[in-house]
Amino acid sequence: MAKADFETPELQEFVDVPEIAEGTMAHLSPFVAKADHNSDLNFPGELVDDWHEKALAKLDDLRSRYRSLQVFLDSCVKCGSCTDKCHYFLGTKDPKNMPVGRQDLLRKVYRRYFTFAGKYFPKLVGAEDLTRETLDEWYSYYHQCSQCRRCSVFCPYGIDTAEISMAAREILDSIGYGQKYCNEIITKLLKVGNNLGLPGPALADTLEGLEEDVEDDTGVAVKYPLDVKGAEILLVTPSADFFAEPHVDGLIGYGKVFHEAGVTWTISSYASEAANFGMFIGSYENMRRVALRIRKAALDLGVKRIVFGECGHAWRVAYAFLNTLAGPFDFLDPNYPVPQHILEFTWEQIQQGKLKLDKSANDDKVLTFHDSCNVARATRMGNKPGGQLEIPRNVIKAVCNNFVDMHHDTIGERTFCCGGGGGLLTDDLMEIRVKGALPRMTALKNVIEEQNVTHMAAVCAICKSQFTKVLPYYGMEMDQIVSVHQLVSEAIILTGQESDEEEDDNGEEDE
Amino acid sequence: MSLFYALLFIVATLVLVIGLARKIIQYARTPAPLKIPTTPAPVTQTGVVLRLFREVVFFESLFKSTKWTWLFGWMFHLGLFLVLLRHLRYFTDPVWLPIQLIQPFGVYAGYAMVIGLIGLLVRRIFVDRVRYISAPSDFLWLLILIFIGFSGLMMKFVVHTDVVMVKQFFIGLMGLNIGTLPVDFPLIVHLFLVALLMLLFPFSKLLHLPGIFFSPTRNQVDNPREKRHIAPWAKAMEEQQN
Ligand code: SF4
Ligand code: SF4
Repeated sequence: MAKADFETPELQEFVDVPEIAEGTMAHLSPFVAKADHNSDLNFPGELVDDWHEKALAKLDDLRSRYRSLQVFLDSCVKCGSCTDKCHYFLGTKDPKNMPVGRQDLLRKVYRRYFTFAGKYFPKLVGAEDLTRETLDEWYSYYHQCSQCRRCSVFCPYGIDTAEISMAAREILDSIGYGQKYCNEIITKLLKVGNNLGLPGPALADTLEGLEEDVEDDTGVAVKYPLDVKGAEILLVTPSADFFAEPHVDGLIGYGKVFHEAGVTWTISSYASEAANFGMFIGSYENMRRVALRIRKAALDLGVKRIVFGECGHAWRVAYAFLNTLAGPFDFLDPNYPVPQHILEFTWEQIQQGKLKLDKSANDDKVLTFHDSCNVARATRMGNKPGGQLEIPRNVIKAVCNNFVDMHHDTIGERTFCCGGGGGLLTDDLMEIRVKGALPRMTALKNVIEEQNVTHMAAVCAICKSQFTKVLPYYGMEMDQIVSVHQLVSEAIILTGQESDEEEDDNGEEDE
Repeated sequence: MSLFYALLFIVATLVLVIGLARKIIQYARTPAPLKIPTTPAPVTQTGVVLRLFREVVFFESLFKSTKWTWLFGWMFHLGLFLVLLRHLRYFTDPVWLPIQLIQPFGVYAGYAMVIGLIGLLVRRIFVDRVRYISAPSDFLWLLILIFIGFSGLMMKFVVHTDVVMVKQFFIGLMGLNIGTLPVDFPLIVHLFLVALLMLLFPFSKLLHLPGIFFSPTRNQVDNPREKRHIAPWAKAMEEQQN
C-alpha cells in the first residue's frame, strides 16, 4: 500500500511551526459515498439540485439545535492561538488545516447569510457566498480534521473545531454529498453488527480460535464467550479486536482479566462493535441508532454491566454520550458506572490484588504511551478528572518495568492525534494520515533515540491501525505499536497456569 | 454637536443593551444536546465556576498556548477593565470609594492597554498565520481600540479636557437631559469611537464576551455517566420514535 505519490515529511528533533503554504492539500478529498449508503442513513443519495437552499437551511437548523455551533461561529476573535496546534497543519503547512482556517470555511458562509455584518459588509468581515466550490472545499478540508479537539484546549473560548467539522459533514450529508468510508461503515454496522462486516458465525469461529490459542499457551481454559444470556458483563469492543494485530492481543488480555476476576462476561454478535461513526458525521440521529444497539444487546442478554474495550472515539461516545443517546440504564447494576472502560475494570482488579502479575514478562520492551485524542480530551476514567491519563499509565506500570513518557507537550491533554481519527482511517486519505502523524512520530522517535523506547502502547483501535500503517513511512516498524491489554496479557499469570516464567515470554509477541 | 453626541450615545446604549440581550437569550435558549467539556474537566458545578473564573480572569487556555499573545491580550483586557472602572467616575456622583482609590492605577492601565493592543497589532501584521486568518475588520477593531486608548491618554497628558463638564453631560444624559459637551478634538474622537464600538459590539466578534460563558467545552460539568443529559429536541425525537 506504500504507493507514495507524496513525500513523507522528514523527522527533525522538533516539529517547527511551518510557514504557511496555501493550497498544499486542496487536491485531497476522500471518495464520495455511493447513493445507497447515503440513503441507508436517511440522506439523499446524490447531491440534490437545490443544495444551496438546503445547505443553508441545514446550517440554520443546526445552529438552533447546537449551542456549541452557534457560540463557536460567533466567538472566534482570530487570536491565532490555535493556528499552530493542529497536527494536520504542522504536517502539511496548508493554512486551511489550521483549526481557525478550517472553521472559517463554514464561518464565512454563516456570516454571509446569517449576520448583519456579513449581509451588508461581506468584504469587511470576510464573509463569502456559498458556491459549488465552497462545497468541495468543505468536503476536502472537513475530511482533513480528525475531530481530535487539540485546538479546543488552547482556544481562549474553548472553540472546538471538531464540533464545526461534525456540523459541516452533517450539512454535506444532508444534501447528498457524504463520505464513502464513514457512510459505508455505518451501513455495514447497522446491517451486520460491526464495522468490519464480520457476521456472527465468523465471530464465533474467531473467539473459539482464541480460546484454543490461550489454552495451548497457558494450559488454562479461558473463555471468550459470545451471546451468552445472563452473563454479568457485556463487553463491547472495536471489531478490529477480533482479528488484527495488535488489537487481538488486547482482546486476549481482556479475557484473561475477566477470567481471573471471576466474573462472567459475553460479547454480543448483534452489537459486536464499540465504534460509533455516527459521531464522525455529526449525525445525532445515526449516532443514536448505533448506540441503541448496545442498549438492546444489554437488555436481550440480561447483563448487569457494560464494559468497553480499548477504543478512543468509541469511548467518547460511550462515556460521554451513551447515557444521553440510549439511556437511562436503570436496568443495570447501579453499583457500577455505565459504561465502564476495560482499563477501569483492570485497574480495580490490580488495586485489589486480584491479578497475579509478572512484570518481567515485558522486560524485552521499553514502553511509552500514546494518549488517544478522544480519550484524553473528551472522556474520563475513574472518579477524578484526569483519570483517563493516569489509569492507563498505572496499568502499564503495573505490568511493565520499563516505562517512559514522551515530551510533555505531546501527551496528556496536549496529546497529538495519531493522524487517522475522525473518519480518516481510509486509504484514499493516506497522504493526510501520514503527514498528520508527523508530530507523534517525532516525539516517538525522540524517546526511541534518547531513552531506548522499543514500543508504544495505545488504547484505541484507530490509533493502533493507523500506526501499524504509518510507522513504516517514518522508518519504524509496524509492530512497535501494542495494545495496553496485550501487555497485561503478557504479564498475567493465570491461576493454575503450568509454568510461570519461562514460557510465556516468546508467546504472542510476534507479528 | 452636543445634541448629536447625546443622541448618538442614547442610540448606542440601546443597541448595545438590546443587541447583547438578544444574543444572550439566543445562546441561553439554544440547547447543548451532548456533553462535550474539554477534559480533564471539573466534575462539580463549583469546579466549573472556578474553571470559568480562571478562563475569564487569567485567560488560562491562552496561557497554555502562545505566551506573547497571552501577554499582550491579557495586558489589553486587564488594562481595559481597570480603565472602565476608572471611567465610572463619570457616571456616579458621589464617586464610590473603590473607584476613587483606583483612579491612579487607571492611568497606568491606559498605557498597558495601548501597549497590549499595539503588540497584538504587530503580531497580526507580522505572524503569517495570524495575518492569513485576519479579515479587514480584525485590523480595524485593533485600530479603533488603539485610537480610543490613545485619544483618552491625550486628554490626560496633552490637551486637558474639562472633565467636570464631561461628567455633567453624562450624568445629565442618564436623566435624559441634554447638556453641553466641551468641543475638544481628542474628546470628540474618543467619544465617537466609543459609540461606534458600542453600536458594533452585538454584531461582531466582540461577542466572545458573552460567548465564553456559554461555551459548552468550558461550562459543562463532566458527569455524563452519573446524570443523564438530554436536550428537549432530542427528548422529543426519542418519544416520537418509541
Ligand atoms: S480537532 Fe484536531 S484535527 Fe480538527 S482542527 Fe482541531 S486540532 Fe486539527
Ligand atoms: S484560538 Fe479560538 S479564538 Fe483564537 S483563532 Fe483559534 S478558534 Fe479563534
